[in-house]
Amino acid sequence: MTKILNVNNLGKSYTSGSKKLTVLEDISFAVDTGATFAIVGPSGSGKTTLLGLCAGLDAPDIGTVSLCGIEINTLDEDQRAQLRNLKVGFIFQNFQLLPTLTALENVTVPLELQGEKNARKVGLELLEKVGLADRSHHYPSQLSGGEQQRVALARAFSNKPAILFADEPTGNLDAETGEKVIELLFDLNKEAGTTLIIVTHDYDLASRTQRILKLRGGKILSDQLMNTL
Amino acid sequence: MASITLGIAALVAIQSFGENLKENFKQQSKELMGSDFLIVSNHPPTPKVQTIIDSLGGADAQEINFPSMAAFPKRGATKLVLVRGIKGGFPFYGTLETNPASAAKNYQSEGGALVDATLMLQFNLKQGDSVKIGLVTLPIIGSISSGPGSTGISASVAPPVYIPYELIEKTGLIQTGSRIEYKDYFVTNPEPDYILLAKKLDPILDAENADLDTHESTGRQLGRRYDNFGKFLNLVAFVALLLGCVGVASSVHIYIKEKLTSIAVLKCLGATRKQTFLIYLLQIAGMGLIGGILGTLIGLGLQQLFPLILQDFLPIQLITSFAIRPLIIGPLLGLIMSVLFALSPLLGTWYVSPLQVLRIQEGVSKKTRKANLFIFTIILCFLLVFSFWLLKNIWYAMGFVAGIVVVFSILTGIAVLFMRIIKKYFPTSWGFTARQSLLNLYRPNNQTLVLLLSIGVGSFLISTLYFTKDILLAKTSLESSQDTPNLILMDVQTNQTDSVAQTIRSSGLKVVDNIPIVTMRMQSINGRSVNDIRQDTSRTGNKWILNHEFRVTYRDSLIDSETLASGTWNPLFEKGAAIPISLSDNVARDAQVVEGDTLVFNIQGVLMTTVVASIRIVDWGRMQMNFSVIFPTKVLENAPQFHILTTNVPNEKSSATLQKVLVRQFPTVSIIDIRQLLKMVEDILDKIAWVINFMAFFSILTGIIVLFGSVRNSKYQRIKESVLLRTLGAKAKQILRISALEYIYLGILGSGMGLLLSLFGSQLLAIFVFKTAFSPSWIPFIVFVPGITLLVLAIGLANSRSVLNSPPLEVLRKEGG
Repeated sequence: MTKILNVNNLGKSYTSGSKKLTVLEDISFAVDTGATFAIVGPSGSGKTTLLGLCAGLDAPDIGTVSLCGIEINTLDEDQRAQLRNLKVGFIFQNFQLLPTLTALENVTVPLELQGEKNARKVGLELLEKVGLADRSHHYPSQLSGGEQQRVALARAFSNKPAILFADEPTGNLDAETGEKVIELLFDLNKEAGTTLIIVTHDYDLASRTQRILKLRGGKILSDQLMNTL
Repeated sequence: MASITLGIAALVAIQSFGENLKENFKQQSKELMGSDFLIVSNHPPTPKVQTIIDSLGGADAQEINFPSMAAFPKRGATKLVLVRGIKGGFPFYGTLETNPASAAKNYQSEGGALVDATLMLQFNLKQGDSVKIGLVTLPIIGSISSGPGSTGISASVAPPVYIPYELIEKTGLIQTGSRIEYKDYFVTNPEPDYILLAKKLDPILDAENADLDTHESTGRQLGRRYDNFGKFLNLVAFVALLLGCVGVASSVHIYIKEKLTSIAVLKCLGATRKQTFLIYLLQIAGMGLIGGILGTLIGLGLQQLFPLILQDFLPIQLITSFAIRPLIIGPLLGLIMSVLFALSPLLGTWYVSPLQVLRIQEGVSKKTRKANLFIFTIILCFLLVFSFWLLKNIWYAMGFVAGIVVVFSILTGIAVLFMRIIKKYFPTSWGFTARQSLLNLYRPNNQTLVLLLSIGVGSFLISTLYFTKDILLAKTSLESSQDTPNLILMDVQTNQTDSVAQTIRSSGLKVVDNIPIVTMRMQSINGRSVNDIRQDTSRTGNKWILNHEFRVTYRDSLIDSETLASGTWNPLFEKGAAIPISLSDNVARDAQVVEGDTLVFNIQGVLMTTVVASIRIVDWGRMQMNFSVIFPTKVLENAPQFHILTTNVPNEKSSATLQKVLVRQFPTVSIIDIRQLLKMVEDILDKIAWVINFMAFFSILTGIIVLFGSVRNSKYQRIKESVLLRTLGAKAKQILRISALEYIYLGILGSGMGLLLSLFGSQLLAIFVFKTAFSPSWIPFIVFVPGITLLVLAIGLANSRSVLNSPPLEVLRKEGG
């Protein structure tokens, strides 16, 4: 099986005043193409930082990240942006929709950035899939939390990503809505055959993936396949 | 705070400068006049006036002055100058600064002339060269660098030449039609009660067509004249302050919006409405006070610049000192204005419910709306009171406040309308970056309106000033046709007319006009003598009519600058009946007469009864010989008169050659070169425009600070958006383009709106104030709109640098663990 994500000896620290704060230390793992993968751990364990480094949103202090066969440390900011635009999808805890754009426009942003002509058609199809075809012209402020996250889901799949990073996708939703969103996420993922990496502190959600990487204090506590957890 | 600081600085600088100027005029009023008081008239003292002069102990110094051509034989140059023939130790106060210094004392005894220093420099004249005035040639024994009461501006039109009083007669320039002033200067110790003196002498002097001027009244009059200019500058500064206040209101609005949850938490924990309100009110008040103090300090520094800029306009040496009033007003104004303009957004803290902690509530309650209306009324009242304090006239103050409200409302209206139009007809076919930048104008906590207002008001001010200058210059500009006179020969005696005309023709030029002038005064209006009318305190008409020496012409046709408002032009009249005359509308209004009324004129001792046959509207702004009173032909032909001849000279060289010939042959003729005069008018307007632009600059600078502030206020929102776009794969170039386009829209829209409004305003000014056609130049469109847009773009992008440089993970880190 080919590896879509390869992480080797990753380390990251931040300086807060005169203090140096180590967030991640000696992290190494690899993810198979098409797999579902969860990074779990308590608050402050470095989950989001790890996700950011894996997706090329920040540069590590030491170690390497290889995404879709490309060593992202060697890319400049614009090249990393292009890689994300073509290969990566994102879902955030706080939805992160652009407030000035309608649901449909939000979904089509990644395609618009590529200069894709069919963006509108693709966007409408995706909104249809997440059950929001009739809300395509609504602004984020006119949508509920669950609906906003469904728009974010549609956006994440709009560029047909090879890998999708989801950061606490149900963190801001009630249990029932969260459940619906997760089902939708897994369905869409299965249909598109995308690699899914979820960052969460919810073990129930994590247990639905094939593999769980457990972090504590910036270090890997365990890395286990689901049936052995 | 910075935006308020600048407005206060401008206001304090002007206020402080105004106070200083008033104080200086008061202190230097004697230096301005050169004596304690004087008696002035444009004829030699009558026996009655001479009796008064004698009763005052006789004049301490005497002066006869008139404009005339001066020739400088060595340089072959001629120039219109103000000849001042002086007898006695004038000036008694202040100094007549000459080079060499002894020349001021010796010119009378040595029979020499003192010539204006700039004129000496212009014609490269040296001490010992000669000047020819009329029939007299004198040696120049010194140059005058400054004298009592002269400004750079007046000296550039007709620079002064001082000569001994005794030589005036010999110049041969005192003849019919000469515009001569006779002045008798007095110095008294102790000083008399001027009010009592004026009360006693004025009626007698008025009857004799003479005037009493005291150093106090002259200082006051001059002070008032500069006061008007100061008031205008004050208003421009006030607009800058208002603009700053709009910036304050907008920043506080966003600041409070961000703090609403914290306020709700405080309320949950038991804080009262008053407590939460006071927390923020005190913050704003403190900032306003500090802004005011800083502004005052900067303003006091700035006022040192004003004497440098305005020296050409000032007849006195300005000594700046710190006036108390602006020192108090500055900080107080900072405090009041910032609190007033912050009140509306601060109300948010009053009405926010503790429930906000649990659920975000949108919408404006009825109570808030009422309170906002109340605050708006208070702001309007304050603006009115403050403008009244600045202008000292309630109508002007109301006009100003109404003007401000109209301009701000129109700009706001256009901005809102434009945004709606964009929303409704959104250009969906545009590329992503262009669309996204347009959409950014609506982002939450957007500053679009504030930015458009500040850019719009700034552009409005600059372009209106520019257009006004355009109108003024267009009004005075000359047509290039050969029939438009540009050289005017004045004081041509009747017996000289033919030979002067012949001289012009022999230079290959045409005599365009030959206008006869007869001087006269009003003797009675509708049977009431002017002396009688002068005593009548209940009369409301303008009194200048009663003392004025009218220069009247006679002709049988109207000219270009005249239109008949009423009556019959040039009706037939019978010998022995009243003579039908035509009055300009302003004279008819000030004399309170209508068609059919009878006026008796005193023409050098001969009384002539006339009847108002027609009233004309005269465009005084035209560079033409205009007259307020016109007689029909065949009446005044034999009266003592002089002539004005005009011609059109194609260039400066032929003008100089003709002037040289004319001055040599006819030394008593004065020549005005209109082109030179226009150049001077343009120079003066340029200087005034510079001063006004300097003040308008504060509005622009405040606009820029508001711009900085607004960009900063929405910075977090921008970072969030651009990081998100970056996360979704946008390149730096795409994000930069979105930001740049956003500022370009704002710049074009703001400056365009300001310019359009200014076009409209200037059109109104042209129609109602200057009464002329207005054809705007393209410069504001070509220079201002792109210039202001580029400025906005530069400021916006300079402030957006950190937005571009923020690593994408920043937002993710802020949002989650």
